[in-house]
Amino acid sequence: MTADAVPPTRGQAGDAPSAAEPSGPAGPEPFAARFLRGLWRSNTVTITVLAIVLAMVVGALLIIISDAKIRAMYGYFFARPSDALSASWHKVSDAYANLFKGSIINPDTVALTLRGQPGGGWDRVFFPISETLTYAAPLAFTGLAFALAFRGGLFNIGVQGQAIMGAIGAGLTGFLLPLPVGVHLVVALLAGAFGGALWGFIPGFLKARTGAHEVITTIMLNYVALYFLGWLIIQNGIRMTGRTDAISEPVDRSAALPRLLEPLGPSLRMNLGIVVAVLATWAVAWLLRRSTFGFELRAVGLNPDASRTAGISVAVTTTLVMTVAGALAGLGGSAIVLGTAFSLTNAVVGSVGFDGLLVGLLGRAKPWGVLLAALFFGALQAGGNRMQSVSNISLELVNVIQAVIVVFVAAPALVSAVFRLRAATAADLQTGMAKGW
Amino acid sequence: MTSTTVDDPTVAEPVRFWTRQRRVGLGFAIAGVLAASIFGPLATERQARITLAETVAGTSVGITGTVGAVLFGLIAAAAGVAIFVGVPRRWFAVLVGLGIVAVVLAFLCWQISQAPEGRNIMPLGDVARTTLLLALPLILGSLAGVLCERSGVINVAIEGQFLMGAFGAALGATVAGTVWVGLIAAAIGGLVIAAMLAVLAIRYLVDQVVLGIVLNVFALGLTGFLYKQIMAHDQTAYNQPSRVPTWDIPVLSDIPLLGPVLFRANVFTYGALALVVIVHFGLTRTRWGLRTRAVGEHPTAADTVGVKVLALRYRNVLLAGLVAGFGGAYFTLWSTTNFNLGMTNGAGFIALAAMIFGRWTPIGALLASLFFGFSSALAFFLGAIASPIPSQFLNMLPYVATIIAVAGLVGRVRAPAADGRPYVKGQ
Repeated sequence: MTADAVPPTRGQAGDAPSAAEPSGPAGPEPFAARFLRGLWRSNTVTITVLAIVLAMVVGALLIIISDAKIRAMYGYFFARPSDALSASWHKVSDAYANLFKGSIINPDTVALTLRGQPGGGWDRVFFPISETLTYAAPLAFTGLAFALAFRGGLFNIGVQGQAIMGAIGAGLTGFLLPLPVGVHLVVALLAGAFGGALWGFIPGFLKARTGAHEVITTIMLNYVALYFLGWLIIQNGIRMTGRTDAISEPVDRSAALPRLLEPLGPSLRMNLGIVVAVLATWAVAWLLRRSTFGFELRAVGLNPDASRTAGISVAVTTTLVMTVAGALAGLGGSAIVLGTAFSLTNAVVGSVGFDGLLVGLLGRAKPWGVLLAALFFGALQAGGNRMQSVSNISLELVNVIQAVIVVFVAAPALVSAVFRLRAATAADLQTGMAKGW
Repeated sequence: MTSTTVDDPTVAEPVRFWTRQRRVGLGFAIAGVLAASIFGPLATERQARITLAETVAGTSVGITGTVGAVLFGLIAAAAGVAIFVGVPRRWFAVLVGLGIVAVVLAFLCWQISQAPEGRNIMPLGDVARTTLLLALPLILGSLAGVLCERSGVINVAIEGQFLMGAFGAALGATVAGTVWVGLIAAAIGGLVIAAMLAVLAIRYLVDQVVLGIVLNVFALGLTGFLYKQIMAHDQTAYNQPSRVPTWDIPVLSDIPLLGPVLFRANVFTYGALALVVIVHFGLTRTRWGLRTRAVGEHPTAADTVGVKVLALRYRNVLLAGLVAGFGGAYFTLWSTTNFNLGMTNGAGFIALAAMIFGRWTPIGALLASLFFGFSSALAFFLGAIASPIPSQFLNMLPYVATIIAVAGLVGRVRAPAADGRPYVKGQ
């Protein structure tokens, strides 16, 4: 690879304008040619799309390998290749069709609905997209939580724990406080944000005061939060009455995030969470680009020594960054409790925190990029559910696909090499800051 | 720079009162007093006994709970005061150690003395065995981290290497019918992730922390997918490995306390301890070690004197993959005998923390792993003697202890200078 695709040290990075604009020589070149040239040059969009394509190929290979019948057909591949190839094609295309039908739109239900036949209905038409947006909302929060800390030069591995603490805060206020409609939801969201902020403040403060490495402390705090949740939900007054297993009371209706497509049908779970997520994305974008704190955050992320020399308090910034990131992750946990789960259980937030790391990375640690990545991951999750139930492909395949996408996105040089793209400048492709511990 | 500033006494750095030593001393003094005044009243008049044996039947020493809790609390406080007042440097570590042990003993006096009569005894041999067993995967994982990072490649993917190792071991050992093939398959499993890490980090210059996180998700997804699609359908054919045998070294295994722990053990114990010695010796005494450290600290300088930087990094990352894969086999060939979804449960991340805690040295990694293992073993033991502390809080113990240790005692650690920096000739 050429050296200019290299992010050599901390440095430039930051808010380099996205590389969509091709920088060809000025001249009477037709627009279409210029566009194509720009497209085939390794820029952010092209790399991301190609990374998705490559990940789908890897996923297809795994689908084929994991099917015993198709494996047997490859045993006599050279005698009759058509068997194995058509079976493989069938299996893979069926799986990916279901991935699409489960996440965006299912043409079959649309046709049935338009013809007014049974099996149709507008709730079924909107079900896939509703599921996608339902899954996307918490992922957007946790992705932002990772991305914001990342921009401040911190590896926030503790998103999971912060989301758990957020879920606890939102859940407790959701069923313990008797508050009127409207106020209750706001208070519950704030409590969730506070729970996460507390769990982000601790590692930030420890890092600032004692230099304790945030990777260690956040990993440990994830476990502490998990065990705390496990203890909390079996206490009297919190455990659901009449139950002996580990599950809390459900939050009151007044604290639940209102469902946006309720009139169409009760199965549409999409709720206000996604709207709050968009607002949070906007707020983080504003914070990063327009506020003093955002400037200091980015400065500390790029070069703490220079920032200190310039009079920025690295300790204060570090603590604040982690606190704000924690609050965002806490909102992610709240969105789950108040939007879909309602009761606290041991696995209430699932792996939303760890998935948030990938979302933050796929979004290149930029707020709107993170939102797009969250939508994409939400779609994979929603589609993966259908792929699992209809095509019998277990949901873990989605994890593999997600990981492979992020690997390729993080390795633009590799994608360029596979597709023989022209090299771009380093700034175009930087994921974030290449730096050590 | 002018010469006047060099020896000018007026610009000497002012002597700060709150030095690290004073703060640590004050911390211990407070902790000791708190321990004496909280654990003392909580403890009962029953004896708190400790035995070196592995069962409660052995001969034991004991002390009345209340007396012990107050006494050890005061000892910790005294150590704190001594540190605060100021002791020679070489005594600092000894007193810190004394303070920690005393606080732990005060706590144990309370816990053990409140256990029902007949169970108010701590079998140290059993705790030591559990400590080492729980520490084994962490030792191997953090060694893998050391191997990688001392040559300048960050290894966050230990968890992924564990998972692939565990999966490979279960599959290999079941299909071949012998655990030794399982061990080889485990090493290969770790190697696969390590190879991806090496190529992407060294050849394609991907941010290494990012890469590690992603490879963990990849390994989790891959093993989970293959487990559900293939393994789970026919457990007897793919997922029923046997356990590795225990080798008893005669004479040595009869040493009290440490004998049964160290010398009546399995391939993982012997392997992990041998690897600690080998890696320590290798890093500090051999040409390979010198070159590894040079490449990790200043690759350009190493390159200038003819060390092949990238080749050495490849080799070390792959070696680390073998070690971590071997560590992963522990989960399926010793602690349980089948693979399960995400069964390593974050042990790789703990190993990563142990490596940082141990300051990127093999001995440090060993001690940090043992520290973590001991906290976990203590939590087990306290659960078994019906401690009034809820089990969830006992389970937090190792994690909280690590945070306190890292924040209070270790503080800022220094990674190898070139850790995580890709090396490109001519830059």
